Amino acid sequence: MDKKFQKIRNDFPILNQKVNGEPLVYLDNAATSQKPQVVIDEMVRFYQNDNANTHRSVHTLGERATEEYEAARVKVQKFINAASSREIVFTKGTTDGLNLVASTYGENNVVAGDEIVVSYMEHHSNLIPWQQLALRKHATLKYIELTADGQLDLNDANQKITNKTKIVALTQTSNVLGVTNDIKQLAIMAHDHNAVIVADGAQAVPHQPVDVQALDADFYAFSGHKMLGPMGIGVLYGKSNLLKSMPPYQFGGEMIDFVEKYQSSWADIPWKFEAGTQNVAGAIGLGKAIDYLKDIGMQNIADYENQLVDYALPKLLAIPGLTVYGPQDPQYRNGVISFNLTGLHPHDLATALDMDGIAVRAGHHCAQPLMKYLDVVATARASFYLYNNQADIDQLIRAIYETKEFFRL
Amino acid sequence: MSLSGLNNLYREVILDHSEHPHHKHELKNATNTVTLKNPTCGDVINLEINLSADKITDIGFTGEGCTISQSSASMMTDVVIGSTVTESLELAQIFSDMVMGHERSAADLEKLGDAAILSSVMKFPARIKCATLCWWALRKSLGEEVDD
Repeated sequence: MDKKFQKIRNDFPILNQKVNGEPLVYLDNAATSQKPQVVIDEMVRFYQNDNANTHRSVHTLGERATEEYEAARVKVQKFINAASSREIVFTKGTTDGLNLVASTYGENNVVAGDEIVVSYMEHHSNLIPWQQLALRKHATLKYIELTADGQLDLNDANQKITNKTKIVALTQTSNVLGVTNDIKQLAIMAHDHNAVIVADGAQAVPHQPVDVQALDADFYAFSGHKMLGPMGIGVLYGKSNLLKSMPPYQFGGEMIDFVEKYQSSWADIPWKFEAGTQNVAGAIGLGKAIDYLKDIGMQNIADYENQLVDYALPKLLAIPGLTVYGPQDPQYRNGVISFNLTGLHPHDLATALDMDGIAVRAGHHCAQPLMKYLDVVATARASFYLYNNQADIDQLIRAIYETKEFFRL
Repeated sequence: MSLSGLNNLYREVILDHSEHPHHKHELKNATNTVTLKNPTCGDVINLEINLSADKITDIGFTGEGCTISQSSASMMTDVVIGSTVTESLELAQIFSDMVMGHERSAADLEKLGDAAILSSVMKFPARIKCATLCWWALRKSLGEEVDD
């Protein structure tokens, strides 16, 4: 399998360059992934051959663009095993999808005194929309605690989710701790109290098989750009009965059915949530990324990334003065590894690694409550994807040792 | 590793200021105080100044940050202490111009003291905010309009 993954690297032309005189090692995949040439080519092809507006142009190009856009929707549906392509709403990204749910379902179903349950590991995309909804509605925002090794505390979840709970909004995989939550179990807890569960799949869908029906998630949001697709396209999955019950998110062209002078009726799902000209090339690019990922196999990708974690984690843990956040046992985490070197701010560490051609993220990862919970200002984060390999990890480890030496740590 | 590249940014004097920062303490009875954050990384500086007859008679800072932000704050406090408000704001402008790559005379740069060594930050655009955070705090504490 490794041989196959070694060849994958050739599909990503951006990786074949030097940064600061060193071969690029891209370990910032939790922020955004790189794009294979086939995805880039597909978007160019669309603009060169088929570009037209969808669902309104009565000419050949319009037909082609509509057909390709809707075909991309079906690819997404099959990729996450939604019951119908009608349950797939194209959005700008995860943040946009979660805001859609908060602004429509949340606005219509949460009243004063209700409770919205989140966790300490949410990144801002799956926190601020609920925080704002709670403020608007005078509802209570409750946080599920984490266990000592950084996993979601299911016992606490059981306490926090009550009959007052209307929405449980949780990430499937943490972008800092690298842990994956048992959404299926949490969905049962939510449904036992007649609450809906909103899952943030931004860090899960690119890295493992996801089946929204098996998870029984009511809503599920993710982004295209973290899974080899272009930026500016994302997906909100919603159960069709819920989507049907929700008012539109934005108003304007293409989301209507009949428009009269003082009243309008809305198009059917999912189109009533897709006002205005959509990111058609983005959807088509995402469809191509899905083809590419499926060709390799999501379970193969998950297994390969686990091998990388098995290789990297003990080496990182062996570095004196280096703290890894989240579970220390590789079996409880995926390829997102946040860490700090005692005595060195993560920004200094990131600059030093950049000098060695290594791209990592340093900062609060849009998860400030989690940083407070961990009692750190920020962390450095290396995150893997299918084109990374052991040589990348070796270069990271070597560079951390050299950084320690440079800063006399 | 391209240690030469790192050496450009982390010169000995910068590391010294970061490890042993000057004026890193709270100030009693400060006349001007301000807290500024760098939202991208969580760095925070609390700057306290004693202003007497338009002169900075004492200054102190606390907070958390990276090597660059800490050494920059230390160097800044060294150079603005004893300066008038106008002189301090002019120093802030010289520093800002320097790290943004705008030309300033050698005589102007000399006024910055040790802080002139941070001109190397210019080559590391991602770190300019780290170096300028304390100077923005200074501007704000002296009454300039600053975006938080």
